[in-house]
Amino acid sequence: MGRYILRRLVQGVITVWFIATATFFAMHNVPGDPLQSDKAVSPEIRANLEARYGLDKPLMEQYFIYLANMARGDFGISFTQQNREVNDIIAEHFRISAALGILAVAFAALGGILWGALTALYRNRLPDIVIMLLVILGISVPGFVFAGLGQLGVVNLNAALGFTLFPVGGWGTVSHMIVPALVLGLGTMAFLTRLMRSSMLEIANADFLRTARAKGLPANRIFRKHQLRNAILPVVTVLGPSIAAITTGGFVVELVFAIPGLGRYFVQAVQQSDYTVIMGTTVFYGAFLVFMVIVVDIIYGFVDPRVRLE
Amino acid sequence: MAEGVVGGARAPLDRGALLQLLGLGLAGVVGLGALLAVLALWTGSGAADGVDVATGTVTLALSEEPPQLDATRTTDQVSGRILGHVMEGLLRYDARNQLVPGVAESWEIGETAATFRLRADAVWSNGEPVTAHDFVFAWRKALDPANASQYAFILYPLKNGEAINRGQLSPSALAARAEGDRTLVVELERPVPYFAKLLAFPTYFPINEAFYRSREGRYAADAEDLLYNGPFTIARWVHGASVRLEKNLRYWNAGAIRLNAIDYAYITSDANAALNFYKDGKIAMTGLNSENLGDALQKRWKINRFADGSVFFIEFNYRPGRVTRSYHLRRAMQLVNDPAELVYRVIKVPGNLPGESLFPVWLKGVNGYFRQEYPAPVTRLNEAEARRHIELAREELGLAELPPLVMLTGDSDTANKQSEYYQNVFKRKLGLEIKIDRQIFKQRLDKMTAGEFDLVMAGWGPDYDDPMTFGDLFASWNENNRGRYKNAELDAAVDVARSSMDQKIRMDAMAVVQRILHEDAVVLVNYERGSAYVSHPQLQGVVRRAVGTDPDFTHAWIEAPGQSGIPPPARADAAGAE
Repeated sequence: MGRYILRRLVQGVITVWFIATATFFAMHNVPGDPLQSDKAVSPEIRANLEARYGLDKPLMEQYFIYLANMARGDFGISFTQQNREVNDIIAEHFRISAALGILAVAFAALGGILWGALTALYRNRLPDIVIMLLVILGISVPGFVFAGLGQLGVVNLNAALGFTLFPVGGWGTVSHMIVPALVLGLGTMAFLTRLMRSSMLEIANADFLRTARAKGLPANRIFRKHQLRNAILPVVTVLGPSIAAITTGGFVVELVFAIPGLGRYFVQAVQQSDYTVIMGTTVFYGAFLVFMVIVVDIIYGFVDPRVRLE
Repeated sequence: MAEGVVGGARAPLDRGALLQLLGLGLAGVVGLGALLAVLALWTGSGAADGVDVATGTVTLALSEEPPQLDATRTTDQVSGRILGHVMEGLLRYDARNQLVPGVAESWEIGETAATFRLRADAVWSNGEPVTAHDFVFAWRKALDPANASQYAFILYPLKNGEAINRGQLSPSALAARAEGDRTLVVELERPVPYFAKLLAFPTYFPINEAFYRSREGRYAADAEDLLYNGPFTIARWVHGASVRLEKNLRYWNAGAIRLNAIDYAYITSDANAALNFYKDGKIAMTGLNSENLGDALQKRWKINRFADGSVFFIEFNYRPGRVTRSYHLRRAMQLVNDPAELVYRVIKVPGNLPGESLFPVWLKGVNGYFRQEYPAPVTRLNEAEARRHIELAREELGLAELPPLVMLTGDSDTANKQSEYYQNVFKRKLGLEIKIDRQIFKQRLDKMTAGEFDLVMAGWGPDYDDPMTFGDLFASWNENNRGRYKNAELDAAVDVARSSMDQKIRMDAMAVVQRILHEDAVVLVNYERGSAYVSHPQLQGVVRRAVGTDPDFTHAWIEAPGQSGIPPPARADAAGAE
């Protein structure tokens, strides 16, 4: 077990190094750089700026400086938020994205398992057809549509009620989280519903269930011990990457609901060619994703004793 | 997953067990919901209304987090908007856009020297007096090459300023010195007729040296890393989330400030989201653009508009080898350029004006407005004439067929409409093939700087309130002259206008520039941008302007609800009430 985890961690570090290297060179090969601004600057000021940010050095030298700094956990100072360290930006804004993401995944998992079980129960009957139709909508409609509609819904709801039930946006209290988390979780909920449905149906036909029934085990026990535990396995598998995906992919929802999450910085950094923030957020998100996958693999070993961690 | 193997006839699951699961799930949902509801009630929604008469607070949204509040290094609008409320330079603009005393209570500006007498009651938010040394320190800092300020050029009128910025002299060589705490003596490089107007610009704001040094490189990084001398202070700054300004009780003119707080409670660049906040009554004002305008029109709100100062145009590339060097080609495009059609039938955002000149209508001339004193030359649309010029261009260039032209443009909604409109017009009317090169912001700037375009959709926002802020744009030495246009007559006119102290001579020279830009078809002006916005009826006295802090809430106030029907007092009423 210990050796397995160690090996996975080493693989993880290599993956992150690869992400960092690819991002670094891709970013420097895109035309434009963070020092470009609306107003042209004289060659002297341009040179001063390059010297200030170390962009005057050869690219390979910049790369090794960058790797050395990264190894020490220092991502430098943002180009657009010029007085802030990238580390501060990640620390301050990731927990907001994470809080929103975890709530969204909680909604998604709860809803996905519930709806999935329901559709399996009513297979090919009206509830199944209606829910699966909604699921297809949930998977295919992009997030910004849900975000916009969700916000408009809140505006209209508040107007109809005459008081603020949910805030239209912003951040700071629990009520700020609910609508954005629901919106953010919708796509994943739809995906999990489908997964849960097929998983339930597949297992319902499995040999070991027939055997259990034949042995005369009580239905509830069969359900809890054999059916549910097995059916939920694929859901658990995708949950880890889902948390990572939702936490990193909340850009649109964060923008629409004016939430100061990291997703916004992630996307805006690319638009602004903000080298340090691009590197910091990409490597951080990469590491986070790798870490989540490892965690899920380990949890998997507990949920399913057939998986041996060796 | 292979669900096909399940027989339809058999009930796949035990119904009792499933109901049990559903019960559990339902309990989970209800439990989670109840928990959230309790927490929500406990913490409250925390959202204030757009205007609050009782507390004198106006709540607003910002389009982005202020990127740089160090006045020596700031370049953007949002930071400028915050700084304009929390800092003050030697002079400031009042509600009628007149220059009025700021930290300086009196001043004399001559041809090559200026003296400022600082008021005794101007203090920093920590109680220390604002002194002449604070200006000297800030200006040296802004010009110091190590500080790498992108707006250092605006301090070049100060003697030795440019040499310091180019690293030829040390910052201490700046010819600005403090004679005691309250007298600032400045020498100028050359006569600068608009010097007084520069003094209200953020790069000219003072900085307390001791405080700056005490922050050890974190100056302006957070609310407590700044010292304020303006009408407001930053009371709370939650990065990415909110910036709250509160009245600065130590401000020398605090008695004239009527708002207690300006709360930028939301930060989002999504115009639709901002409009939703406005609909919900959570913010008092928001801008309208092509994305959210339709929605606002449907609500039949009163839509305000004003010229935001920027002018948008198509610039040509004059580098060797570019066909756009041909006068006849440019003239042909000029003869089919119909800005009115673009503004009213394509962009359709209220407030925009069809572009007739690079010099926008709001610029002041000798006594009145520049454009009234020196009307823009008129282009009469003429397709036949334009086609004749295309033929001449082909002869001039010695080409049987004109090659496709690359039109570099941004990726905004307006830029898309605009570039596609011109692609269509030039194709239909002149038979010109236009290839649109759409780039995101920094990439577009990079290509503009490198000269990788034939035509580029560009724009220019003013830095100071003088025609020169547009007038020198196509001077051969200007780095912003991205197409590298070069014309000795234009250069000479710019030179006259930037060194003469006689306003009539200067404006005559600017009129020469205006004429050359038209006659030589140097640039195709598209539109003067206007901004449309909605504003809470109780919020009064907000100043919108083309140059400087915008929107300016310094002199704003909130009326009691009953009074909102009464027309607001003249804006003049808010100016320097003391």
